[in-house]
Amino acid sequence: MAVKRVVDYNVKVRVKSDHSGVDIANVKMSMNPFDEIAIEEAVRLKEAGIASEIVAVSAGPAQCQETLRTALAIGADKAILVETDVELQPLAVAKILKALCEKEQAQIVLLGKQAIDDDSNQTGQMLASLMDIPQGTFASKVVVADGKVSVTREVDGGLETVQLSLPAVVTTDLRLNEPRYVTLPNIMKAKKKPLDIINPEDLSVDITPRLKTIKVEEPPKRSAGIMVADVAALVDKLKNEAKVI
Amino acid sequence: MAALVIAEHDNHVLKGATLNTIAAATQCSSEVDVLVAGSGVDAVAQLVSQIPGVRKVIQIDVPYLADQLAEPLAAQILSIAKNYTHLLAPATANGKNVMPRVAAKLDVAQFSDITKVVSEDTFERPIYAGNAIATVQSSDPIKVITVRTTGFDPVALTGGSADIEKMTAQADGGKSSFVGRELNQSDRPELTSARIIVSGGRGLGSSEKYQELIAPLADKLGAALGASRAAVDAGYVPNDYQVGQTGKIVAPDLYIAVGISGAIQHLAGMKDSKVIVAINKDPDAPIFSVADYGLVADLFTAVPELTKAIS
Repeated sequence: MAVKRVVDYNVKVRVKSDHSGVDIANVKMSMNPFDEIAIEEAVRLKEAGIASEIVAVSAGPAQCQETLRTALAIGADKAILVETDVELQPLAVAKILKALCEKEQAQIVLLGKQAIDDDSNQTGQMLASLMDIPQGTFASKVVVADGKVSVTREVDGGLETVQLSLPAVVTTDLRLNEPRYVTLPNIMKAKKKPLDIINPEDLSVDITPRLKTIKVEEPPKRSAGIMVADVAALVDKLKNEAKVI
Repeated sequence: MAALVIAEHDNHVLKGATLNTIAAATQCSSEVDVLVAGSGVDAVAQLVSQIPGVRKVIQIDVPYLADQLAEPLAAQILSIAKNYTHLLAPATANGKNVMPRVAAKLDVAQFSDITKVVSEDTFERPIYAGNAIATVQSSDPIKVITVRTTGFDPVALTGGSADIEKMTAQADGGKSSFVGRELNQSDRPELTSARIIVSGGRGLGSSEKYQELIAPLADKLGAALGASRAAVDAGYVPNDYQVGQTGKIVAPDLYIAVGISGAIQHLAGMKDSKVIVAINKDPDAPIFSVADYGLVADLFTAVPELTKAIS
């Protein structure tokens, strides 16, 4: 399973004054919340006797070790960090994960459906495509039986269920599970679990960014509205000023 | 220099999101083809052929495409991808599912959720739940794009007369199969294309109150029903009601937020609505910062009063 280190979901990001990006210096970083759900699901599969080993993987700067230690504390058996300071885009991450999945012979790859920083929602699908294996995206239920995985997916208008042969990629949606709290004894135990650090070059994959960010700006602000005194005033405004009802 | 749009449909009805996507495509290229891949899609292909600005409709019709599974659908798109400089799909659950598969096989980046076409290789897209807008560019030979429908006005449905070309399907790899679907039945308009949305939040307190207060107001207005993530997580309504960064992105003419405090991730999903009304008992709720009309009131009395006042 893969985890990404992102700006914590409670942080309100600010655009840098030179418009080169958002300011992430000195802000709290955490595991991408969707990835937390992915690691929780992996641990549940292991607890149910379905998965035999959980390998947590992250790619990025040295600080991603903290994120991997969290995954180990939740219940991963070992971790691999592909360390690089290059800006990693979804296609590059998918290539890194493909190399690691082949090496580790992963049968189910669990990832969050999207990271809450770039909101791309691509990596899982790209990984499945590069490996020529099926995908169950936006999962709200995962059942493994008879060498197949059934994934109930959150789609527009409701839910749909697909059955996939293994190996397969599953990306997690919010309602798949509620991740457990990390306990102190498990944090201590996690410190002793293996965490390997390798370079992208060790995997012979091309991680050159394809997308160039020209600029990053604040979204247009809505001009402040007005407060109305009561329902009658509201109806009047909607009818006669906004003319929407 | 042609663009291909992947039509979204359920084999019978063309989804409105396709029209916004065609609008985005026409800004990328003057030659726009539309792929209608599915099972028994003659009527959909016929409909698409009448959309002005469409050069050609490509129809791929085979039973295993009935459920739009990502694996066989991506294979169809890839079989013709090399004829195009731009491949576009709406950023719906289907589009998000299939397009990265296509991009990876072509070894190109994907632009997710674009809200503006700056030029044929440069696009705007929201990041950090819409708290920043990035302008991104790529030199990849094929641009794979998902389109945030609220960023583009839909094209018209009639006035064109494109040819329909039927193509043979690529074989299904057999690695995925469709098991079933539970869609929420409703006579109300669909959330992402509704002109008016009434959304309820945690302030309602229960599923019963949601039905008792929000539904009648929506009925009166002919509106779609929405909800905040908090209301969905609390089980008041099904998950596909969720408006927000991780739910549906909407931009109706009128959005009425009832008992919704206005978390960043909710605002990300509705702040492009033309007129926003917020009803909340907490005058400091962040929802008021984006509302055109705010009413600080107890929703349990204000909402029935509003429903009654709308004739």
